[in-house]
Amino acid sequence: MDCTAAIPISRRNLLIAGASATAAVPLSAEAQAAATEAAIVSSVSLEVNGTTRTLEIDTRTTLLDALREHLHLTGTKKGCDQGQCGACTVLVNGRRTVSCLSLAVMNAGAKITTIEGLGTPASLHPMQAAFIKHDGYQCGYCTPGQICSAVGVLDEIQRGVPSHVSADLTAQPLLSAAELRERMSGNICRCGAYSNIVDAISEVAGARS
Amino acid sequence: MKPFSYERASTPAQAAAAVAAKPGAKFVAGGTNLLDLMKLQIETPTHLVDVNALQLDRIEATAEGGLRIGALVRNTDLAADARVRRDYGVLSRALVAGASGQLRNMATTAGNLLQRTRCPYFYDTAMPCNKRVAGSGCSAIGGFSRQHAIVGVSDDCIATHPSDMAVAMRTLDATVQTIRADGAARVIPIADFHRLPGNTPHIETALQPGELITSVTLPAPLGGTHLYRKVRDRASYAFALVSVAAIVQRDGSGRVAMGGVAHKPWRLEAADAEMPRGATAVARRLLADARPTHENAFKVPLAERTLAAVLSQARS
Repeated sequence: MDCTAAIPISRRNLLIAGASATAAVPLSAEAQAAATEAAIVSSVSLEVNGTTRTLEIDTRTTLLDALREHLHLTGTKKGCDQGQCGACTVLVNGRRTVSCLSLAVMNAGAKITTIEGLGTPASLHPMQAAFIKHDGYQCGYCTPGQICSAVGVLDEIQRGVPSHVSADLTAQPLLSAAELRERMSGNICRCGAYSNIVDAISEVAGARS
Repeated sequence: MKPFSYERASTPAQAAAAVAAKPGAKFVAGGTNLLDLMKLQIETPTHLVDVNALQLDRIEATAEGGLRIGALVRNTDLAADARVRRDYGVLSRALVAGASGQLRNMATTAGNLLQRTRCPYFYDTAMPCNKRVAGSGCSAIGGFSRQHAIVGVSDDCIATHPSDMAVAMRTLDATVQTIRADGAARVIPIADFHRLPGNTPHIETALQPGELITSVTLPAPLGGTHLYRKVRDRASYAFALVSVAAIVQRDGSGRVAMGGVAHKPWRLEAADAEMPRGATAVARRLLADARPTHENAFKVPLAERTLAAVLSQARS
């Protein structure tokens, strides 16, 4: 099922269309060649938030674009689109992953959990509730990625995965603020809500232990 | 991204044959580096062979008392393996010093070895780069070169290899197992796996077209104190300016490799022999042929001081 047609036009495409309509310079040969290069379409089935979704998509589609543009799960955000900001973090088979650096076709059969699958406004995931309680955001753009990443972090600590700041490699990692900061370094918050984010994660971690 | 066809391989031999059969074909595993480069059209494969379904995701004991690490073992899982944490601490430490938690969950052992440089001119398709377009020139020489290599450089390239994991594996004298398109297997010592740039900086490893890494093997545990120290511009999630991997024995002997200073993990057995004489002697031998630029000359004293700090920590 490919449901991109359900979105008439995105703001980004509107801007691109406007730019090319008003462009005074002719398209470069490379751009013309790119425009005529045929997309190669492949079929892939993913289990997204508990529901199996089958897509016929261009092989170039990232998991992030499949979630946002094809499945309309726009909670997952596109920040840098190169794996540096963490805004697109989702859980793939329970592990936190940057969805911008994975192709949708590479995730056949995978269980994907996005912010929409973690909890709902009526039934928040404890991490979502803690972010609200501790004001772990300002603009909110990085928040879905922060929350999915934080859920992954607590699972990694529980499984004994060491970090750069773990003093003893063979001991169970601590749930300290230093550990949480290091482990969350792949999620950038331009508003600088970091200390409140650490408070929110600490509360959930404390409630669990 | 340029359009590409896609297939999922089911055996290593089939994967190797599939890539060798199609010009422009590439393997994809974690995808964290390849996809980034494809979006920028630095890599433009016409066909991707997905190797994620190959059964290469286990860490097994070898008859020699070492560990065989499957090519698809994710960086997180390798760093967290109880045997690695206990017997190969330098490897665990190097892994968790690299990238972010999300990327370590995705990145594979083989893919980490095959990372491309983060030289900004390699990433900028508007600038000449001998590594990206052979013969086009090097923009880093005479350009912004603070991050670049100081040893093993050539007049054609001063890029560094970005991996932390590979520096620890060089210290451990790991070996890389591969399968070629004709089905033949071979073993490449890690010392010979990455190449110096010379006048062919676009050829980065000893791998042949279609040759697939199947595993990386560690020798029996070496004992000693295992340390990995990474100096970078921020406390987390940044590439090394200089890194030091060290295994130090009680009698003061040991092994040292450096990252962030060369086109490959930098270790000289002659420098290891200087270990009992201290950091200055080791660093002098390791960096004897250093050819820094005016922007990265600071790496020479930084490398020696980082090594001194590591050896001091090992003694304490």
